[in-house]
Amino acid sequence: MEKLTHIHSTTIVLPQTDIDTDQIMPGRFLTSTTREGLSEAIFADWRYDVDGQPLPDFALNQPGAADCQVLVAGNNFGCGSSREHAPWGLVDFGFRAVISTRFADIFSNNSLKNGLVPVVINEDTHNWLLEHPGAMVDIDVAAATLSLPNGVSLNFPLDGFAQHCLLEGLDQLGYLQSKESEISHFEQVRPWKP
Amino acid sequence: MSGKSLFEKVWEDHLVSAETPANPAVLYIDLHLTHEVTTPQAFTLLREQGMPVRRPDLTLATLDHSTPTVPVTGLKDLDVLSEPAQAAQIRQMVQNCEDFGIELHGFGSDQRGIVHVIGPEIGATQPGKTIVCGDSHSSTHGAFGALAFGIGSTEVGHVLATQCLLQRKPKSMAINFNGQLPAGVTAKDIILATIGEIGVDGGTGHVIEYRGNVISGLSMEERMTICNMTIEAGARAGMMAPDDTTVEFLAGRPQAPGGADWEPAVERWLSLPSDDDATFDREIDIDVANLVPMVTFGTNPGMVVPITASVPDSNGDLSFRKALDYMGLEPGQSMQQTSVDVVFVGSCTNSRLPDLRAAARVLKGNKIADSVRMLVVPGSEIIKQQAEAEGLHEIFLAAGAEWREAGCSMCLGMNGDNLLPGQLCVSTSNRNFEGRQGIGGRTVLASPETAAASAINGRITDPRTLL
Ligand code: SF4
Repeated sequence: MEKLTHIHSTTIVLPQTDIDTDQIMPGRFLTSTTREGLSEAIFADWRYDVDGQPLPDFALNQPGAADCQVLVAGNNFGCGSSREHAPWGLVDFGFRAVISTRFADIFSNNSLKNGLVPVVINEDTHNWLLEHPGAMVDIDVAAATLSLPNGVSLNFPLDGFAQHCLLEGLDQLGYLQSKESEISHFEQVRPWKP
Repeated sequence: MSGKSLFEKVWEDHLVSAETPANPAVLYIDLHLTHEVTTPQAFTLLREQGMPVRRPDLTLATLDHSTPTVPVTGLKDLDVLSEPAQAAQIRQMVQNCEDFGIELHGFGSDQRGIVHVIGPEIGATQPGKTIVCGDSHSSTHGAFGALAFGIGSTEVGHVLATQCLLQRKPKSMAINFNGQLPAGVTAKDIILATIGEIGVDGGTGHVIEYRGNVISGLSMEERMTICNMTIEAGARAGMMAPDDTTVEFLAGRPQAPGGADWEPAVERWLSLPSDDDATFDREIDIDVANLVPMVTFGTNPGMVVPITASVPDSNGDLSFRKALDYMGLEPGQSMQQTSVDVVFVGSCTNSRLPDLRAAARVLKGNKIADSVRMLVVPGSEIIKQQAEAEGLHEIFLAAGAEWREAGCSMCLGMNGDNLLPGQLCVSTSNRNFEGRQGIGGRTVLASPETAAASAINGRITDPRTLL
């Protein structure tokens, strides 16, 4: 994973609440056996017409969308299926952060393992962002702060371990593997065996 | 100090190392369920790094999500029965299991089925275990007093390689169900009403323990239906206290402890329920005495009403309005006036033998409406055999329904069992998201009883009017 320290980008806004991972990555694309090449599939049912032509009004089809690294979405983004294909696709499209008032747990976990930062903010700031699509925002991963062009700057919650992994570009598996002797010990001494 | 909850007991029992402000806990996993859709990338990672699967003996594998629901005798059949991408994914799973020494409950095994159906069925799901799967409906297994939750494919790789996960301890929530459940109201109606009450993000960050006299009176299958949909309220996991019903269900199952191991296991299981003075971060009481059958009207499981009600008003909420437009429903329209094109009985929520019996009881002696297509898809090969031994399939076929092979099928429409654009389906599955059952398809979630009654009338129907 690449190191992620700083994100400076305009935003794309999808204001709907409860956007589930079936919308982010429809089930028919789950036949993929790799992590790559999923950018074309994200929001496919909202993004293309029945003939597969891009719908010009949809936010991801606007000129310049491909350069946006920050998605602003309605409350409770990423609910539903655990499919990691959702963050894989978002990252493949170019997103490095999603901003909302709440994220589903599994989506949040999956995102942090793929260099996609879930940024949880209060309703007022969220409303401002929803009303200002294309705003230039700045996300400092080391300080866990989000800065808006209106001068507002605020902290967002970011687990210290996940933050460390993002900043250093570390895969969490390495940390787990370093626990091997403790894992073996646990297996030997536990009072019952599965 | 207050006592411990069921969740805390299971959590603490699996800590390889506890969490600190800097590092998450290392949690040991007792059972890893795997299927073809969310594992390929994880196996690729192991291969690239030259790592073995640490505990193939604690890994259970099956084929369910993209498998055809017409008879398959071997992999060769997939050339004609499946799309190339689905067939390739299934073949890759077979190969991965072979290469990494994992027993696969694949085609030809009478233990194949939906991953959350076969775990309990073969007795691999047990109280006090930690259970994960690259699948959000892992919450199903919490019905046994296991701590069970869904993970992503990267974490699948972590468990394959180390049998452990990095986790922060979730918060806890108790939902107490009390009162007398009225006749004709099912476990599915209880959980749909609960999600309607707390919302699709009402459980985020929490492990829910379902408690109260209603839960202790339910069968294991009913308990699984409730725990299954925990994720639809956004919660990390759902759990229920193991009791005599749990023990009875597990006795004699192939992977349940046997012989001299049985008594100590039962003793341990029955020590797991929350202590009387255990506390929870949140507590909610739900009285079931006035519940009626529930149906969804929108595009998430929290958009749910009593079947006797009308479609609610959007009150200017744009997401809500968009959902109604997608469903082709108008505020004020009576739910029971809604016509139905397809009925699906199946999925890890409602595809077990009692679910099929319930649907058959409603259908017996009736025909489904001419305009309706109905699919009945058992959750596992074993359930299929049991249902056929009871003659349930004959009731379904005589009514005009299709009787299929086990699998996820139209729950997520990955295998060719799809809705067509605009079709409305009363489905016993767990998700009514846009396009979940096929592009442009509309899903109304309901119990097997409601699904069967709706198939007969060709419109959404309160099953209590037919029973
Ligand atoms: S039946 Fe549906 S919800 Fe259950 S595991 Fe299969 S696809 Fe997932």
